[in-house]
Amino acid sequence: MKHLGRIAATAAIALGALAGTAQAQQSTVDAVKAKGFVQCGVNTGLAGFSAPDSQGVWKGLDVDMCRGVAAAVFGDASKVRYTGLTAQQRFTALQSGEVDILARNTTWTLQRDTSLGLDFVAVNFYDGQGFMVKNSLNVKSAKELNGATVCVQPGTTTELNLADYFRANRMQFKPVVIEKMEEVVAAYLAGRCDAYTTDMSGLASTRSAQGANASQHLILPDVISKEPLGPAVRHGDNKWADIVRWTFNVMVEAEEMGLTSANIDSKMNDPNPGIQRLVGKTGDMGKQLGLENNWSYNIIKQVGNYGESYERNIKPIGLERGVNELWSKGGIMYAPPVR
Amino acid sequence: MASIPRSSRRPAPPAVRLSLSDPFVRSIVYQILVVGGVALIIWYLVSNTMTNMEARKIASGFDFLNREAGFAISEHSIDYSPADTYFRALVVGVLNTLLIAVLGIVLATILGTVIGIGRLAKNWLIAKVCSVYVEVMRNLPLAVQLFFWYAMIIENLPGPRQAISPLPGVFLSSRGIMVPVPGDDPAYGWMLIACLIGVVATLLISRWARARQAATGQQFPMMRAAAGLILGLPLLAWLAGGAPTTLDWPELRGFNFQGGGSMSPEFAALLLGLVTYTAAFIAEIVRSGILAVSHGQTEAASALGLRRSLNLRLVVLPQALRVIIPPMISQYLNITKNSSLAVLIGYPDIVSIANTALNQTGQAIEGIAIIMLVYLTVSLSIAVFGNWYNKRLALVER
Repeated sequence: MKHLGRIAATAAIALGALAGTAQAQQSTVDAVKAKGFVQCGVNTGLAGFSAPDSQGVWKGLDVDMCRGVAAAVFGDASKVRYTGLTAQQRFTALQSGEVDILARNTTWTLQRDTSLGLDFVAVNFYDGQGFMVKNSLNVKSAKELNGATVCVQPGTTTELNLADYFRANRMQFKPVVIEKMEEVVAAYLAGRCDAYTTDMSGLASTRSAQGANASQHLILPDVISKEPLGPAVRHGDNKWADIVRWTFNVMVEAEEMGLTSANIDSKMNDPNPGIQRLVGKTGDMGKQLGLENNWSYNIIKQVGNYGESYERNIKPIGLERGVNELWSKGGIMYAPPVR
Repeated sequence: MASIPRSSRRPAPPAVRLSLSDPFVRSIVYQILVVGGVALIIWYLVSNTMTNMEARKIASGFDFLNREAGFAISEHSIDYSPADTYFRALVVGVLNTLLIAVLGIVLATILGTVIGIGRLAKNWLIAKVCSVYVEVMRNLPLAVQLFFWYAMIIENLPGPRQAISPLPGVFLSSRGIMVPVPGDDPAYGWMLIACLIGVVATLLISRWARARQAATGQQFPMMRAAAGLILGLPLLAWLAGGAPTTLDWPELRGFNFQGGGSMSPEFAALLLGLVTYTAAFIAEIVRSGILAVSHGQTEAASALGLRRSLNLRLVVLPQALRVIIPPMISQYLNITKNSSLAVLIGYPDIVSIANTALNQTGQAIEGIAIIMLVYLTVSLSIAVFGNWYNKRLALVER
């Protein structure tokens, strides 16, 4: 009888512990506030988007997205922890709750938006897929790549576009598919492949990382796909999705209004009602998002506007603004009104 | 589950008392509790997963297997194009895994046996070289060895346009090893069939020869007969087919070699890594097996007048094999499972392809379930076969 009692008690405790994990989904913003930081899923190392610098501090356009959210939620852009994810790990990491935001140069597609259990909330970089080859190969266009061996990362839209492009043009190719970016780039550099394919931004980033040897590599002019890259959150948590979406929109709107991290303090008393709202003097936008009313001020002050982030991160890898310029300056970067 | 202890010789059992002090009742109660508990936990885990996936709008089910895969696979032993289904892509992956596992098992067994016997050699140099090999190989992580071999191959070999050609028609480059293969001629098909007939005939004759030797003591020149059948029959078929000599030569066209047979750097690196690593373990198993046969056995056989070769074949090996087979099976299982490290160097095995599929479709649970099912099936098949073989060889105790 004593034994039986002990077994029953153990079973009850075990089941109780299991039941504890089955609690209803907690709202992400409450969970984030409770733990005191934003857990952000980023690329393991893509210069310009997310890569640790020589001091181990994460820098990049995607990293600024996470810092912006931390500034909005905590008023402190440094309250972010980063999880480096490979292309194959990223969606599972977000689905399982390992990260709160996935800001990892991820392409927004219908299939990902619907069946992966996540929601894309913004596009922070308009990209397209291209090819990089060695100059010595004497290739000037992607159309000349028939029969080539192409290095590519698995589990990406890139891998699918590559197959589509060669099928559409009735050309043959052999893929070399390696998951880790460092390894796949190493295989390309060692001559295992004739071409390396990824988004144009990724190619520019990889090329610039070659330092003095950068000029030995040529990025072909053909852009074979649309790749709108943006942050994603878990499906169904609209409150959190709103915060991430409007954090990005504030960064774009600030650029439109000429507000920068440097001049925002001097514009605190600017009579422009749009600026008054953005610095938190009027309106209750913060409250509507469930945040402090100076949330947008904190984003601009601590992270800067979209243009600043672009200048700081993407320019150094050799990419001009292009289509990522503001709509008012000939690009397509356009934020809904922040009001 | 433990069987219920109930002795038939028990003197007229008293009516079962429904009390926990009765060992019979107690054992049943405990077993029901355990089975119930396990079932409850499984039910809980499954339903929890389903609910959470439902809540997060994550797709589930196996419908995706019939959708177009859309990604290319570099190595496939059956026809495959990006327009084929996920199911076919997964089959390609399974076949790639089986190919590397089978080749790895055969080559590792040969290399391991040679090195294991080498460690026992009387020659000091050979014995030491083999010892060093074993100690180095089995003490380095396999992943490191794979990266090493892969880098060795792609960093050191030139591009296809500067390929090294050690023999006419054979090319070594960073695209792999290209060799000429027999071209398209019906005679080659007949040769293959002739070879199979030779193998079957050899097996039948060896059975007959053994029965005859047991009955009459007369020996049959089995080796010569086998060589004649297995090599001679295909040769006859080749001559009958008009002795064709067409070969499919690899040729540099555009970016790469076309035609001929090829082995990719990924495949070569994975095979090299698996074989050299596992051979070190097999060598130790072989050595221990041989050492396990007591010296008295060989001495007795010599005293009976058996030649050295017969002594090895009839006395030492059968006894050594009994010791060798069980650990050998677990090494074969290891090769199969370790082949999943292919992901690291881009060989498209089942893990690599299922990972891609689960990433494109977002169906992680189904993808992982498929991977587990494949490995479980392959591993259990190897184990069942191994156990059957082991039972056949085991000492028959009378």
